Amino acid sequence: MEDRKLKIHVENLKKSFGSLEVLKDISTDIYEGEVVVVIGPSGSGKSTFLRCLNRLEESTGGTIIVNDMDVTSKKTNINKLRENVGMVFQHFNLFNNLNILDNLMLAPNMLKKCSKAEAKERALEMLQKVGLVEKKESYPSQLSGGQKQRIAIARALCMKPDIMLFDEPTSALDPEMVGEVLQVMKDLAADGMTMVIVTHEMGFAREVADRVLFMDGGYIVEEGTPQEVLQNPKEQRTIDFLNKVL
Amino acid sequence: MVKIITVYGNMLIAAMGKTLLLALLGLFFACIIGLLFGLLGVVKSRVCNIISQIFVDIVRGVPMIVLAFFVYFGAPYFFNTIIGGFNVTLSALQAGTICLALNCGAYMAEIIRAGIQSVDIGQMEAARSLGLSYGMAMRKVVLPQAIRTMIPTFINQFIITLKDTSILSVIGFPELVNTAKNVQANTFMAFQTWAIVGIMYLIVITILSRCAKVMERRLNVGR
Repeated sequence: MEDRKLKIHVENLKKSFGSLEVLKDISTDIYEGEVVVVIGPSGSGKSTFLRCLNRLEESTGGTIIVNDMDVTSKKTNINKLRENVGMVFQHFNLFNNLNILDNLMLAPNMLKKCSKAEAKERALEMLQKVGLVEKKESYPSQLSGGQKQRIAIARALCMKPDIMLFDEPTSALDPEMVGEVLQVMKDLAADGMTMVIVTHEMGFAREVADRVLFMDGGYIVEEGTPQEVLQNPKEQRTIDFLNKVL
Repeated sequence: MVKIITVYGNMLIAAMGKTLLLALLGLFFACIIGLLFGLLGVVKSRVCNIISQIFVDIVRGVPMIVLAFFVYFGAPYFFNTIIGGFNVTLSALQAGTICLALNCGAYMAEIIRAGIQSVDIGQMEAARSLGLSYGMAMRKVVLPQAIRTMIPTFINQFIITLKDTSILSVIGFPELVNTAKNVQANTFMAFQTWAIVGIMYLIVITILSRCAKVMERRLNVGR
């Protein structure tokens, strides 16, 4: 693994909201093509950790290097960094005022990543990939949750990111729609995308993850292959958590 | 009643024109003031937020009639007599416009701030996560959604401002109420005069709110 390119380097990351210390000391390295699944009880800081990686939350200490850019430095052009780091949210966050095609083309057009024709071609290609080309003229309010999330993934992919962050992408979905979203994510993993996924889907973690991080109380308590963390956990806190969710 | 309409009809209609002129001028500048202070209220800067809040609190905390006297009499006195060396005079129309713009602007700032804040934070985060700047995200994603929720409140505020022009009769601007006072003084027909004036306001405001409803429906397409 060490010969692969380092995509994300996190060292002694700390984050507080006022007097509440959410992340106490997080360090990890994520390499190109790796699929890292972050699990843990609610309030353990998983989402905050993920949101620090593209500075949706400002860290209060430590170092984060993403794509060789220092996320914590004020000098870094954060918009440039975010262009290559896609993010998928629990509540989809599709732009309600735009139809699906415009949702996909807004950022590429505004940021002049390519010509309008190319942006449209790319958008249609991504809609094909998530199996929703026929919805291109629809508005977000006309789609089901599963469809919205697949569109949200397609929207992120239109910027041709080389890292994708997923913040509980299936937690707001009806059970019968979880599968379609996970399938898109599996395809993406198979294509070699570097992915960091916060999720409660243990089956997905076992099947797709290269590495599982178990977080609790603002620390990474245990990390390793799904085999190691999910089947043979060593830490008592991991064992307790897995007993509750499995 | 007929006598008032035949003799004073044109005068009252002209006065309604003045009322509308004053209201439109006031609203125009109120929009600019409202947008400015509304945006100052939502940006990520404590100083800007506080400036916006202070402006809104001061203007909202003073009755408009006091504001009118202050702008029309107080401000020129301050410059010409207290400081001295100035020769500031405001026409009733100028003072009235300033007064309406400040008053309505403060309420608009609150409407705009609340409208922007009513848009789910996730919309801004999603836009920013794609690499859009704060300004781009505001312009293309947040404001278009905020404006839709603001429109009914805007219309309400427009109507209130139109009615508030009547308060400016106290500084002598010849709008509808001021003119009607003269008509009443000449004819002694208080009931008829104020009934006619009331109906005139009612007609204009009803037409305006119907137009606004149509506009609102058009803007809601695709929601």
